[in-house]
Amino acid sequence: MLYNEIRYLIAKDIQLELRQKYALNGIVLYVVSSVFITYLSFGDIINSTTWNALFWIIFLFSAINAISKSFIQENLARQLYYYTLASPVGVILSKIIYNIVLTILLALLNYAIYSIWMGDNAINHGLFICNLLLGATGIASVLTMVAAIAWRSHNNFTLMAILSFPLVLPLLLSLIRVSAKAVVGDGFATSVNILFMIILLNFIAIALAVLLFPYLWKD
Amino acid sequence: MKFFLINYGWKLLGITLILYAVIFGLLIQVPDLPVIHQSLRSLFYHVAMWFTMFFLFLISFVFSICYLSGFRLKEDILALEAAKTAVFFGILGIITGMIWAKYTWGTWWVNDPKLNGAAVSLIAYFAYLVLRSSIDDIEKKAKISAVYNIFAFVLLLIFIGVLPRLAQDSLHPGNKGSTLTVTELDNTIRWVFYPSVLGWILVGTWLLQLRVRIHNLSKK
Repeated sequence: MLYNEIRYLIAKDIQLELRQKYALNGIVLYVVSSVFITYLSFGDIINSTTWNALFWIIFLFSAINAISKSFIQENLARQLYYYTLASPVGVILSKIIYNIVLTILLALLNYAIYSIWMGDNAINHGLFICNLLLGATGIASVLTMVAAIAWRSHNNFTLMAILSFPLVLPLLLSLIRVSAKAVVGDGFATSVNILFMIILLNFIAIALAVLLFPYLWKD
Repeated sequence: MKFFLINYGWKLLGITLILYAVIFGLLIQVPDLPVIHQSLRSLFYHVAMWFTMFFLFLISFVFSICYLSGFRLKEDILALEAAKTAVFFGILGIITGMIWAKYTWGTWWVNDPKLNGAAVSLIAYFAYLVLRSSIDDIEKKAKISAVYNIFAFVLLLIFIGVLPRLAQDSLHPGNKGSTLTVTELDNTIRWVFYPSVLGWILVGTWLLQLRVRIHNLSKK
């Protein structure tokens, strides 16, 4: 029941995304231009710490941009229609899964474009990619819930940024720490602790979203 | 007598404990540790601020959960005022910490997990206050901000509680890189430190009570 509901809701989200292509293209262009601006302003002589930090900052901002529209793209009347059809748990889970997939694609795209212009500084690619995937999952789940909160308050764009920064920061700091180790070339063993931390944060963020979203959904 | 104790007893106890901590915090002999020396006495006032802040955030969190389970506006007001009072203590904690840091570590701010955790939680609660002011409808404001409060508190709790221990490079006691360890908090210090924390928590709760009363009066 819930499984089918989530499947249909995700299919609907994908269909909507493909119908209005401007959003997807907009995100891609956002990533390309911010990386290009970084390239123009820094040149290619930067050390690996700066490389790492810039990568995550660009990724965070593009993720906030991509996810902030996840609830406002549909009007109030249609939301009311979903309200009669779907359960709140189904809605939030489908949004989280959809955003996770979107953010993972965004992360890989970001990495690819960033490597072209700024060079690929990562030495331990396995750890870097693994960290990137976990990070994309976590950032997507936290931001989805924040997007829902911002959406209910009707001041979406300003609030989205200020509400999400403090909540994403714990995750982002641990991601940057692991990523810095991958850039230097350390193995998995050195950052197992923090990777488990990130997985724990992901689970807690999703669990909280599932518990709390029903209160946002009802008016 | 019973009425007096319930209404005034804990407030008097709070004031007495703080006075005790202020006086004896300066009188007792503290161990002369490298780098910190006599500034160790700041412990009684600076760390107590953080305990009080955390206690009030906890109250705010609990009342947000209570609000979502029954939708009683009284509990939302308590959650809001607890968060505001906690932010006040957080700012005091940062100011006392900065002064202490200037005299021991040489700078106003160092890149340390504990400092960053404190700053991030204050930013999160400022965001909470901004979120509240952005919604007009009272019931809706209460509900949405309660959701944010719970979400933020749990995530920040993990951040502040676990991450610094994983990092293990804090300048604060209990971590590598510090000259003071918790086991060296000898008994004389404990006898002033714990009463000081309890005293500030009681006074913080009193402040919260007063703020809730002011809030209720201004709404009438």
